[in-house]
Amino acid sequence: MRRGAMMTDIQLDTGVMRPARGVGIVGYGAYLPRFRLPAAEVSRVWAEGSAGLPVQEKAVAGLDEDVATMSIEAARNAVARAGIESERIGAVWVGSESHPYAVKPTSTIVAEAIGAVPHTQAADWQFACKAGTEAMQAAIGFVGSGMADYAFAIGMDIAQARPGDALEYTAGAGGAAFLLGPADDAVAVIEGTHSFVTDTPDFWRRQYAKYPQHGQRFTGEPAYFRHITAAAERLMEAMDISPQDYAYAVFHQPNTKFPLRVGKQLGFTVAQLETGLLAPLIGNVYAGSALIGLTAVLDVAQPGDRVLLVSFGSGAGSDAFQLRVGERISACRESAPSTQDYVQRRTEIDYATYSRYRGKLTLE
Amino acid sequence: MSAVIEVFIAGTGHTAVGEHWGISLRHLAWEAIGPALQAAQLKKPDAIFVGNMLAARISEQQNLGALLADFCGLRGTEAVTVEAAGASGGAAMRQALLALRSGEIRTALVVGVEKTTDKVGADVTSAVAAGADSDWELAQGATAPAIAALIMRRYMHEHGVHLEQFAGFAVNSHANACVNADAMFRNVLDATRYAQAGMVASPVNVLDSAPDADGAAALVLTAGTGQLRPGLRVRVAASSLATDTLAVHDRRDVLVFAAAKLSAQRALQQAGLAPDQIDLAELYDRFSVFAALSLEACGFAQRGEGWRLAANGAIGRSGRLPISTFGGLKARGNPGGATGVYQLVEVTRQLAGTAEANQVVGAKWGLAQCLGSSGATAVTHILQGVESN
Repeated sequence: MRRGAMMTDIQLDTGVMRPARGVGIVGYGAYLPRFRLPAAEVSRVWAEGSAGLPVQEKAVAGLDEDVATMSIEAARNAVARAGIESERIGAVWVGSESHPYAVKPTSTIVAEAIGAVPHTQAADWQFACKAGTEAMQAAIGFVGSGMADYAFAIGMDIAQARPGDALEYTAGAGGAAFLLGPADDAVAVIEGTHSFVTDTPDFWRRQYAKYPQHGQRFTGEPAYFRHITAAAERLMEAMDISPQDYAYAVFHQPNTKFPLRVGKQLGFTVAQLETGLLAPLIGNVYAGSALIGLTAVLDVAQPGDRVLLVSFGSGAGSDAFQLRVGERISACRESAPSTQDYVQRRTEIDYATYSRYRGKLTLE
Repeated sequence: MSAVIEVFIAGTGHTAVGEHWGISLRHLAWEAIGPALQAAQLKKPDAIFVGNMLAARISEQQNLGALLADFCGLRGTEAVTVEAAGASGGAAMRQALLALRSGEIRTALVVGVEKTTDKVGADVTSAVAAGADSDWELAQGATAPAIAALIMRRYMHEHGVHLEQFAGFAVNSHANACVNADAMFRNVLDATRYAQAGMVASPVNVLDSAPDADGAAALVLTAGTGQLRPGLRVRVAASSLATDTLAVHDRRDVLVFAAAKLSAQRALQQAGLAPDQIDLAELYDRFSVFAALSLEACGFAQRGEGWRLAANGAIGRSGRLPISTFGGLKARGNPGGATGVYQLVEVTRQLAGTAEANQVVGAKWGLAQCLGSSGATAVTHILQGVESN
């Protein structure tokens, strides 16, 4: 396939998914709660301060926040950047593993709050940490087929972790919202996407369980690294593109080390990775993790820049996307707070406050 | 030893040590057994001796003898599992030798196999800890690193040794593992990294501790030289298994690995050697302090002096007594009941001159010693490289 091929090409044999009509991101928005729990606090309480720290600190949601409220914040930012009327949004899809309700959609709450109801589609998505990117792929199909002009894909989480578990150092809160629409209006055009999934039980949460379980080191090579590498390599091969052709690359970031290592293995430099690497300061925001890395990139990218985005969801799979930043990026950027605005908005809390905010204490 | 029936190593096989998430216990064993049988040009051994310590707990699989005989196309062959915690591999070798020397069989397959990654976390820790005294140690929460910590603390106290002075063991192991493609940890360490390592059970730190791992290793043994091809041969010169108290607190002196000492003395006597005639040793360096105590038990160092061999470089590949020549438990990895067989495969490769980048030049006599349950069981073998007639 030639580089920069037209979006209208449909080449199923390469495994690259592309819609019949061109689709892009027409609006994007990030959201992070303001509270921060330093990883050293978790180590102080659970390991006498001796634990190795996978991140510097993580973002923690406040008492009155959940995936619905946070998704609304991010979606409003995206609508502001898109500059369209909310009634034109044909779908509101929220991917998360911490939907407030087991039965009752988050997406209708978000759709109502942003004014997209009632003549719209709404659904919740679930695939561990890649629920947001699968919603994005579905939105590409929805818009690309002409079933709607605009569709929302949101990845947002308040990650759960058992107190004292290795995950507690990183399990953070936050995410991003992307409004997908016709490529002509796009701040970034989707040039192609590919998914790679297998039945790999590296991390899970059973029905009614409060906290997830994980296979410790099994979550590394056989899960995270295998799936991200396979998805990224297949997409790059099919797009006939090399790592150095991208201005930026963003990978799912469960900690600081994994995305840097997988990026290096695939042939990317730290310079390509650091803009989208937020995990050291916000932790792992699960379904929002790769997506908020992308909003940080869009905040600074220049028209023509190519971006590689690869998520990872346990269970397991990776969605890889190639984007090309469009001319409209500069005009809409200032219409909403930047990702770094949220990263910098920081109120540090201690473990006791975190325990109260996140309901870690059993009160009766 | 009456030395009526001489036993030789006719072939070896082994897998990389590490995390074999995608492969089962039986497949892992086959990956070592196949090459060993092929190297020995043997279709079917008279008997199979399996060394394994964790399959019942971690893979919920017992009777590995029948399992492996069937899976490896050797259905009908006599086959049993030998278990002695971390010494299982050496104990399986010992049982194979006894059988060969009895004259009842002429060829034997010894295979050590361990699959720790069928479970993770506390399940593995508690399965491994079952090697200790269940009533008197395990019930008090004493896991393997905790027991090693008690011993190491006492060693440091009695012999006036500081933590940093143990660094040489891990540094040497990693230096040797660097050039062993089948080792688990192939990164270079220096003493600074060692000193900064996090504690597992103080004073035992992360770099004092060998990683639990998956792996399989196999040896084909023959009685007499009839089945051997011409060339450098490896003879089993000595074999001894001894025991000590299972619970460490029952020992008169926790700073003497009495079983290791007894089995080493017997083995050296069988081979007619003094300790300084051994060219290399694969010792049970599951914890740094175990390596120091093993050096002392085998007579390579005086009591309280074992750590000096690491500190002064004597254990390096070109030192006076190379140990952990492929990385040892610390860096090659510790596949439980397979470890003792790995040690024997490694010593065999050294004496046959096929150790490639890990070769100890001119090695003729090699010693392999594995321990079970913090030294409660010790198995020592001495192998000799001999030119064929």
